[in-house]
Amino acid sequence: MEDERSFSDICGGRLALHRRYYSPYCLEFCLSCPRISLRSLTAVTCTVWLAAYGLFTLCENSMILSAAIFITLLGLLGYLHFVKIDHETLLIIDSLGIQMTSSYASGKESTTFIEMGKVKDVIINEAIYMQKVIYYLCILLKDPVEPHGISQVVPIFQSAKPRLDCLIEVYRSCQEILAHQKATSASP
Amino acid sequence: MVLKAFFPTCCTSADSGLLVGRWVPEQSSAVVLAVVHFPFIPVQVKELLAQVQQASQVSVAVLGTWCHRRQETEESLGHFLEGLGALFSHEPWLQLCRERGSKSWSCKATRRQGPAPLAPVCEDQVMLVFYDQRKVLLSRLHPPAALPERQAGDATASAGGLAAVFDTVARSEVLFQSDRFDEGPVRLTHWQSEGVEASILVELAKRAAGPICLLLACLLSLISAASACRVLRPWPLSFIWSKLSTCEQLRHRLDQLTLVVSTHRAGGPTQLMRKANTLVSVLLDMALGLLLLSWLHRKDRFAQLAEALVPVADRVAEELQHLLQWLMGAPAGLKMNRALDQVLGRFFLYHIHLWISYIHLMSPFIEHILWHLGLSACLGLTVALSILSDIVSLLTFHIYCFYVYGARLYCLKIHGLSSLWRLFRGKKWNVLRQRVDSCSYDLDQLFIGTLLFTILIFLLPTTALYYLVFTLLRLLVVTVQGLVHLLVDLINSLPLYSLGLRLCRPYRLAAGVKFRVLEREAGRPLRLLMQINPLPFGHVVRIYRLPSCGCHPKHSWGSLCRKLFFGELIYPWRQRGDKQD
Repeated sequence: MEDERSFSDICGGRLALHRRYYSPYCLEFCLSCPRISLRSLTAVTCTVWLAAYGLFTLCENSMILSAAIFITLLGLLGYLHFVKIDHETLLIIDSLGIQMTSSYASGKESTTFIEMGKVKDVIINEAIYMQKVIYYLCILLKDPVEPHGISQVVPIFQSAKPRLDCLIEVYRSCQEILAHQKATSASP
Repeated sequence: MVLKAFFPTCCTSADSGLLVGRWVPEQSSAVVLAVVHFPFIPVQVKELLAQVQQASQVSVAVLGTWCHRRQETEESLGHFLEGLGALFSHEPWLQLCRERGSKSWSCKATRRQGPAPLAPVCEDQVMLVFYDQRKVLLSRLHPPAALPERQAGDATASAGGLAAVFDTVARSEVLFQSDRFDEGPVRLTHWQSEGVEASILVELAKRAAGPICLLLACLLSLISAASACRVLRPWPLSFIWSKLSTCEQLRHRLDQLTLVVSTHRAGGPTQLMRKANTLVSVLLDMALGLLLLSWLHRKDRFAQLAEALVPVADRVAEELQHLLQWLMGAPAGLKMNRALDQVLGRFFLYHIHLWISYIHLMSPFIEHILWHLGLSACLGLTVALSILSDIVSLLTFHIYCFYVYGARLYCLKIHGLSSLWRLFRGKKWNVLRQRVDSCSYDLDQLFIGTLLFTILIFLLPTTALYYLVFTLLRLLVVTVQGLVHLLVDLINSLPLYSLGLRLCRPYRLAAGVKFRVLEREAGRPLRLLMQINPLPFGHVVRIYRLPSCGCHPKHSWGSLCRKLFFGELIYPWRQRGDKQD
C-alpha cells in the first residue's frame, strides 16, 4: 500500500513524502528533496569561467581555461557524489530496528541501521538557529550503563529538513509501531 | 514479538528436509544454519547435533521443517513433515514452505501453550530475513561502542541483537565442514555443500610459512643480539645512536618484523590484522626503497648529487656570511651597538669559516659515503628518508650551534634583566617562599645594580636581533625535518592490508547491516534481505592504524611562544632520544 503527499521544507522548497506500508509492523517513508536547479548550476559555472577568463587576460596562459573546465567538471561530479542528496528513506521494522538511508544524486547510498533494543524513543525536538525555530525528528538511544539515561540523539531527515506537518505524519506512524513493539516485548 | 527466521540464501533451492540452527529466545529469532535432507535416521541427526554443539559451544537444534514442493501435488509430504514435529520437539516449531519456481513463501510457527502433548497450539507471526551465509561467516562486525575483545575460550555465543546471528554462523564452522560428496550418514545443505572452499595458494603458503618464519626469527634474533652487544654500549656511541633518527627507525622496523615472524599463533582477529598490516607495510616500504635505488643508479645520480652537494653547502655558508655582514651594519635601519655587534658578528663568521673548511675537507669522500648510504634504501624508503633527515641535521649543524649560542645569550640577558628590574623597584625573588618580596638594598648595591640594568637594556636590541634571526633559521630547518618525519610516520602507520581488504572484499569489515524489503504478496509473510554494511574508509584507518614512533610535538602553540620569548631552547621531538646536542 503506497501513498504520496507533498510538503515543503524549512526553506520553502517542495518535498514529496512517499509512504509504503508493507505490513502492520513494517513501514517505509521516503522523502524526496528538490532537484538541483538549472539556474544555480548556470550561475556557478558562469562565475567560475568569468573568473578564469579574467585571470587568462592577465596571465596570457591558456592552461588556466582548461584548468577552469576541469575544475568545474570535477566540482560538479564531487557535488553530485558527496553533497547533493536525492532522497532520504526511513524504514521501521517492528522488533528488528530502524534504518535510515540517504541516496545521493550520483546513486551512492549510505545506510545506518539501529537495532530496536537500542532505541528508547522517537521524538520531535526543537532547535533554535539564529532567528529561526527548527523542528526535527530524532531517535533517542538507550544508555547501556544507566537504564533511564540517553546515550545519543540521532537526527533523521537532516538534508531534507521537512516542516512540522510532515514530521507529525512520520512521528505518528513511528509511535504506533514503537508502542506495538513495547507491548509485545513486555509480554514473553 | 514477531518471530524472525534468518534463512541462508544458499538453501532457498534445496530439497525438503529439516531445519537445523540456533534459537535465540531473547530476540525471538531463529537462525537457520543448514537443511537436513531425507532419508535420515533421527538418532544420527541428534548425534551429529550433539557433536556440533560440543565442538562449537553453540546450542544447535532442529528448529522445524522445510518444504520445497511443486504445486500442491505432494500432500503426503506435508503430513509427513507435520509428524516430524513429534520426533524433534522444539518450541516454537517452524514450518517453512516454498512452491517450486515461484516466489511465494509461507511460514508457520506453532507453540504449545502447556506442558501436555494435547495442549492447544498458538501461532506466531513470522518474518523471513535472508542472509548470505558465506559473507556473514567471513565478516567481522565492528560495533560503534567499544565492547571488550572476546577471548577465544568464551563459553557461549553472545545474545546481543544482530551480533548473535554473526556469532552463531561464525562459530558453527564445524557444521559446514562436510559437503555433499562425503559419505556421511546425514546429508546437509549449506554454503559449502557444493564443495568445501579452499585455495591451493593459501594452503601452500600455510605449509611454507612455518619454516620460513622460523628461519627469519632466528636471523632477526641474531641481529638484535648483535645490536645489543657490549661493543656498542659505551657512552659516546650510545649517545650517537640515540640521537640519529635512522637508528630509531631501524629499531622500530626490527620490532615489527619480530612480531610478524614470531611463531606464536595470533591471539585474535585484531592481532592477525595487525600482523598482516605490518607485513604489507614492510613489503611496500622495501619495494619503494628498491624503486628509489634503481632510479638513483640509472643515470649515475650519485655522482651528480655529490657534485651538487658541496657547492650547495658553500652557497648556504656564503648566504650566512652575507646575512652576518648585514647584521653587523645597520639591519633594516635599526641602530646596533657597534662593539657588541662586531664581537658577535666576528664570532659567528669564524664559525662559518671553520664549517666551510670542514666541508672542503670532506668533499672527496662524499660520493662514496652517499653511495653506501644509498644502499641502505633497499631496507626501505622510510630508512632512506630517515637518513635524509639525518643528513639535513648534520649539514645544518652550524645553524643549530648559532641558534644555541644566540638563545643562551638572550636567555641570560632576559634573566639578568628581570632580576635587576626587581632590584630597580626594590624587590627581590624569595627562593624559599617562591614569590617576590620587598627588600632593602644598600646604596652601593642599588648603584651597581642600576648601572648593570641600563647596560643590559641598551644591549638588548642587538642580542634580540641575532636571536630572532637564528631562531627563524632553526625553525625553518625544523619544519623541513618535520615534514620528512611526517612522511615516514605515514608510511609506518598506514594499515594497507585493511584498506585493500575494504576495497576488494568490503563484506569482511562490517560496520553493521542493512535491510531491503523484497517483493510482498498479500497474505504471505514479510521477506527481507540482510546485507552487510561495510566500514567507511576513515574508520578502517582509525581502528587498524599501526603504532608508530609517536614523534609529535608535545608543546601547544602557547607554550612554544612562551619558550621563544624567554629564550629557552626548544626541542621539537622530545622522545626517547632524538636529534639534540
